[in-house]
Amino acid sequence: MTETSLPLRAVRRDKRRWLLIIGYSLLGLLIAMALFAPWVSPYDPNAQVMADRLLPPDSHHWFGTDGFGRDLLSRVIYGTRPTLLLVVFILLLTVPVGMTVGIAAGYLGGWVERILMRITDIFLSLPSLVIALAMVAVLGPSILNGALALALTSWPPFARQARAETQQLRRSDYLAAAKMQGIKGLPLMFGHLLPLCLPSAVVRAALSLGGIILSAAGLGFLGMGVQPPTAEWGSMVAEGGKVIFDQWWVAAAPGGAILLASLTFNFIGDGLRDRLDSRNDS
Amino acid sequence: MTANTSPFIIADRLTIGLPEGRPLVDGISFEIGKERVALVGESGSGKSLTARSLMGLLAPSLSLNASQLSLAGNDLRHLKPSQWQSLRGGKVAMVMQDPKYALNPSKTIGWQVEEPLLLHRKLSRRQRQEKVLAMLEAVGLANPHQLIKRYPNQLSGGMGQRIMLAIALITDPEFLIADEPTSALDHAMRDQVLSLIQDLVAQRDMGLLLISHDLQQVADHCQRVMVMYQGKILDRLAAKDLPQATHPYTQTLWACRPSLATKGKRLPTLDRAALEGYP
Amino acid sequence: MSTIRLDNLNVSHPQGYQLRQVVQDVSLRVEPGECFGLVGPSGCGKSSLLWVMAGLNPHWSGDMVLAGTHVQPGSTFTGQLRRDVQMVFQDPYASLHPRHRLRRTLAEPLKRLGVENIDDRIAQGFQQVGLASTLIDRYPHQLSGGQRQRVAIVRALLLEPKIVLLDEPTSALDMSVQAEILNLLNQLKAEQQLTMVLVSHDPDVIDHMCDRSVTMQAGRITHLS
Repeated sequence: MTETSLPLRAVRRDKRRWLLIIGYSLLGLLIAMALFAPWVSPYDPNAQVMADRLLPPDSHHWFGTDGFGRDLLSRVIYGTRPTLLLVVFILLLTVPVGMTVGIAAGYLGGWVERILMRITDIFLSLPSLVIALAMVAVLGPSILNGALALALTSWPPFARQARAETQQLRRSDYLAAAKMQGIKGLPLMFGHLLPLCLPSAVVRAALSLGGIILSAAGLGFLGMGVQPPTAEWGSMVAEGGKVIFDQWWVAAAPGGAILLASLTFNFIGDGLRDRLDSRNDS
Repeated sequence: MTANTSPFIIADRLTIGLPEGRPLVDGISFEIGKERVALVGESGSGKSLTARSLMGLLAPSLSLNASQLSLAGNDLRHLKPSQWQSLRGGKVAMVMQDPKYALNPSKTIGWQVEEPLLLHRKLSRRQRQEKVLAMLEAVGLANPHQLIKRYPNQLSGGMGQRIMLAIALITDPEFLIADEPTSALDHAMRDQVLSLIQDLVAQRDMGLLLISHDLQQVADHCQRVMVMYQGKILDRLAAKDLPQATHPYTQTLWACRPSLATKGKRLPTLDRAALEGYP
Repeated sequence: MSTIRLDNLNVSHPQGYQLRQVVQDVSLRVEPGECFGLVGPSGCGKSSLLWVMAGLNPHWSGDMVLAGTHVQPGSTFTGQLRRDVQMVFQDPYASLHPRHRLRRTLAEPLKRLGVENIDDRIAQGFQQVGLASTLIDRYPHQLSGGQRQRVAIVRALLLEPKIVLLDEPTSALDMSVQAEILNLLNQLKAEQQLTMVLVSHDPDVIDHMCDRSVTMQAGRITHLS
C-alpha cells in the first residue's frame, strides 16, 4: 500500500516565524542590556584609565578601549539606554498623534479632512534630519529634544495610513451596524475604528524604527544628541572616526550596535507585516 | 477512442488535511465514470477540497494521502507540473464559483477563450477562431463576433459563467468538474446555467462532477449524488431516490428548503448531535 | 395606520463624485405585524431601498414615514426613531466588530441609552435565539456563521425596535443553517409582533417568510403579490 504526501511548503511560514523569533530575542537582549547595565557591564563606562588607551579587543576588554581608556563593551551596553529611551519617546509621540489625525480626517470628511491632510502633507515634506538639526540647535541638545525633533517628521505616514484605512472601513457592515445602534463620534472613532487601524500602525511603527535609530545615531554623530561623557552610540562612532584607520574597533563596536538595533526592528516589522498579510489573506 | 472499462476517476481512502489537526477530508473512497455525479455538502464538508485535489489545485500547506487517486489512468499523487499541465484542460476541466475572480480583467474574452487551444491543441489560426466562435454560440451567447473583442468587466454574472464554460470546454475535455458554478449567480440564472452544463455534457459525451450545497438543485441535473459532512461521505444514492432518502442528514437537507409550500410551517432542521453519533 | 409608508421614493448612490439613481418612484405600505418582502435580481435597487429605510443612505427624495415619524430626506436618525428601526445585515462575518467581545458589542448601545439590567437583557436575548450564555464573552471569530447571525438578531432586537429590516439575512449561510434562522425569525415575529421588511434574491425565501412582497427590477416595482 503506497501512500504519498504532496510537498509541504510551510517554508514561508517558518521564515516568518524565524524573523519574529530572532527579532524578539534581539529586542529582549537590548532591553535587558539597558535595564541591567550596571550589573552586566564589566567596567564603569565613564572610568578613564589613560594607561589603557586604545587597547585592541582582548580578554580584559572584549571590545577594546577608546581614546580615554574607557571599556568599549561597557559603553556599548550603557549606550542602549539613550537609544531605547528615544525609541519609546518617539513611539509615544508619533503613533497617537498620527492615528488621531488620520482617523479624524477619514471619519469626519469634508473640510476637516482637507485641512488635516494638508497639514499632514506639510509635515511630510519636511526633511527629517535637517529639521531635527535645526530644532536641536535652537532648543539645545538632549534626548527629549532629539525625540521631539524626529517625531515631528515621522507622524505623517501614520496619519495617511489611518485615514486610508478609515475610509475603507466606513463602507463596512460593522460600522453600518454601529451607526444603526446610534454609536457615532468619539466612541465610534476610538472604540471601533482605532482597534481596526492598530495592527498596520504597529507594523509601520516597527519598520520605521529601524530608520529612526539610524537618524538618532546621526544626530549623536553630529554632536546634537546626548552630550559627552554619556555613552551614546552615535557620538561614540564620531570619536572612533578620528582613529578609524589604526584603531578600527573604537568605531566598529558602536557601529555594530547601531546596525544590530536597526536590524532588530526591521526583523520585527517584517515578521509582523507577513503575519498581518496572512491574516488578511485567509 | 479505446474502450476504457475502468472508471474515469478513482479515489481510495483520500485524506486531505493540515499537518496538525483534524483531517478536512477523512479517508473517502469513490469512483466516477462517464456520468453526472453531484457531490453535495455544506461549508466545511470537504467537497471543494476533494474537487481541487482532482485538479492538483490544493493549497501548498495541505497534505494529501491516498491509497489510490487516479484520473483517466494517471496516478494523481505522483504527477509532475508538466504532466498536470497537459491533464488539465486536456482531459479534465474545471469551472469555479465566481467568474469575477477567475477571468483575467486585462485580456479580451476572445483571447481567454482561445488560450486553452494554444496550450493543448495544434490548430491553425483560422481553425482556432472558428472554434472560439462556435463555442461561444454553444454556450448560448449572442453576437460572438462582437463579444470576442470585449473585456470581462463588461459582462453580467450569467454571461461570465458561460464564458468560463466556453474556456473549459473548448479543448473538448472528457470530464468537467464544476465547483458551485451557480452560487454567485442570481436565482433566475441558476437553472439556466445548470441546464446548459447538463446539455453540453450530454452532447459531448462527457462526465460531470458537480459540487453544490443545494440538494434540490442537483437533483434535477445529476444522476447520482454523494453527500458529504465534515470530511466523510455519509450517503450515496441515485438522484431520483432523493425524496425517499433514509439517512437523516440527506433527509433534512432535502426537506429544509423554504418555498411557498412550507409557508407558515417550521422547516426541518439538523440535529447535529445526533448526526455525530450516526454510523 | 401603516407602520411604513413610502411615497414616490427616489434613491441615489454616490459613485465617485456623482450620484447614480438606483430607485425610481417607489411607493409602498407595510402594515403592523407583517413580513414584507423585496425580491429581485442583483442591482435592482432593493438593498438600496432598504438602506434608506435604515437611515444609512441620505441620498433620497420623496415621502417616508417610519413608525409614525415623518422622516426628512438627508437627515440622520436620532432618538426614538433610531431605536425603532433596526437591521440584520447579510454577511455574518462582516457585521460584528472583530475586535470586540460579543458582550461589548451588545451592551454598548444600551449603555449609551442608560438602560438598566443590561447583562440580564443580553442573557435573555441569547436564550431567545437559542444560544448558550457561555458564548456572550467570546469573539465573533470563535462562532460559526449561523451563531453570528443569531447574535446579529439579538443585537437588532435588544433595542426593542418596531421595525426590523433584514438584508439577505441567510444568503451567506448553509441550507440547514438557513432553515434554522428562518424558523427563528418566524418564531420571534410571532412572539413579539414584529414588523419586518425582508430583502432577498431568493424567491423561495420570500415565499416562505413573507405575507406580501414586491418584485423590483432596475429600480422600479414590477410586481405586487
